[in-house]
Amino acid sequence: MSVFSQAMSWLSDGAHWQGDDGFPHRIAQHVGYTALTVAIATAIAVPLGLWIGHTGRLRGLAVAVTGALRALPTLGLLTLMVLWRGIGLTPPTIALVVLAIPPLLAGAYAGLESVDRATVDAARAIGMTEWQVLGRVEIPLAMPLILGGIRSAVLQVVATATIAAYIGLGGLGRYLIDGLAVRDYPQMLAGSLVIVVLALVLDGCFAVLQRVLSPQR
Amino acid sequence: MKVARLAATVAAAGLALTLAACGGNPTNTASGSDTSGASASSSGSGGSGSTAPVVGSASFPESEVLAEIYAQALQAKGIDASTHLDIGQREAYIGALKDGSISLFPEYTGNLLTYFQPNATQTAPDDVLTALKAALPDTLTVLTPAAAEDKDSYNVTADFAAKHHLTSIADLKGISGLSLAGNPELKTRSYGVPGLQKVYGISGIKFTAISDSGGPATLKALTSGKVDVADIYSTTPSITQNHLVTLTDPQHLIAAQNVIPLIRKDHDNATVDQTLDAVSAKLTTQSLLDLNAKLNGPSTPKASDVAAQWLKDNGLA
Repeated sequence: MSVFSQAMSWLSDGAHWQGDDGFPHRIAQHVGYTALTVAIATAIAVPLGLWIGHTGRLRGLAVAVTGALRALPTLGLLTLMVLWRGIGLTPPTIALVVLAIPPLLAGAYAGLESVDRATVDAARAIGMTEWQVLGRVEIPLAMPLILGGIRSAVLQVVATATIAAYIGLGGLGRYLIDGLAVRDYPQMLAGSLVIVVLALVLDGCFAVLQRVLSPQR
Repeated sequence: MKVARLAATVAAAGLALTLAACGGNPTNTASGSDTSGASASSSGSGGSGSTAPVVGSASFPESEVLAEIYAQALQAKGIDASTHLDIGQREAYIGALKDGSISLFPEYTGNLLTYFQPNATQTAPDDVLTALKAALPDTLTVLTPAAAEDKDSYNVTADFAAKHHLTSIADLKGISGLSLAGNPELKTRSYGVPGLQKVYGISGIKFTAISDSGGPATLKALTSGKVDVADIYSTTPSITQNHLVTLTDPQHLIAAQNVIPLIRKDHDNATVDQTLDAVSAKLTTQSLLDLNAKLNGPSTPKASDVAAQWLKDNGLA
């Protein structure tokens, strides 16, 4: 029997769909880590990106820093954080936030830059304050790119949140790490397939959201 | 330009392959071994008339230093031994032993037994040795094992040991809500959580899987008090550096892994036996801890130098 069909029977085994080791619990944990990470990263990166995009200041620095952050290996960062903070939820959250910041920041400042300068000047000309320009003109027009940044961050974090299992936390990474430890390749493949499906479903949700929230043209 | 570069790459790769093939030649002298003493290339002292022995090693520092110790101890007795280090996984070097490109190898009893007999259940040192001798192929044999063992071991901090009066795994039984960290396979393997329950009667263990084989993250979890017990290989220098207490295993839950010379029968003779038995007699788990601590030290000494020093300190060379 091929590994693929073994993985399929692993997936369809009812015993793997209940309890703490079951898929529903592991998916919930995985989505939980992802949501926590993206929420923290959004709170940091989007306001910063909007400020950079609106004022045009520190743009060069932002490009350089996000480039550098993208190059950081997440597993290496995780190990470093564990040595600093010990095991727990904090180290993988920090490592994943660092992973999520570059696409969010880039989405926010590139979104504002994409807004037609003439439109912004017109908004100022009719007497809008800077906050009104940002809130009523720039952000709505930049929304597709800002959402694009969030979408890209979510996908990267969903795929990488598997590393939480490296230091004993849950999530879908457990199937990969535990499967590898005892060379149970069907279990690893089953876990990978669930992660792929989860990523596709989340991406689909964002595609719909992006369409709904885009300004009508 | 590009074609020239490609040609150069292909040539380099070809050369590397040729060199690698040469490495399998028993007459080839050794990567990183001290060639002093190997100058007199007399054919086979000890009367067997066979070619000079080549000592192999796996690709981790402890295996390399043990191979150097064997080779240099033999050289001190006038045998023209050389080394072929860093061969990699067991599949590769057992093959090299069988085809005769190497003749001697520092092995571990338990792992060698499960290589030849995957469903072996023996764990006590003598049982493992008996089973191993029966399982070896006809061309190979093992000599006397050393007391030194490199295997999974359960460790606690000195404070925790003092607080609960711990010396053995059996002493853990009274502690409720015991937490344990180790590689993920510990959750299901017979020497892991199931064995602790069945053999030592320790129930309700909270297990945390940390996938670094007793490395820095596992150590941090133990020393920061996040877990009570950690599985760390018994010859890891961090055990002594952090004053950890390795719990004894009176019921032999964890299979014995004594260091043992694995040798081709056509290279086995009285001189070789005496020399390697003398080495094994001095080799303890503490010796391995000291050797590994030296190899990991800030000056990163060569395995051959560390081996030479150990032989000198123990009056073997």
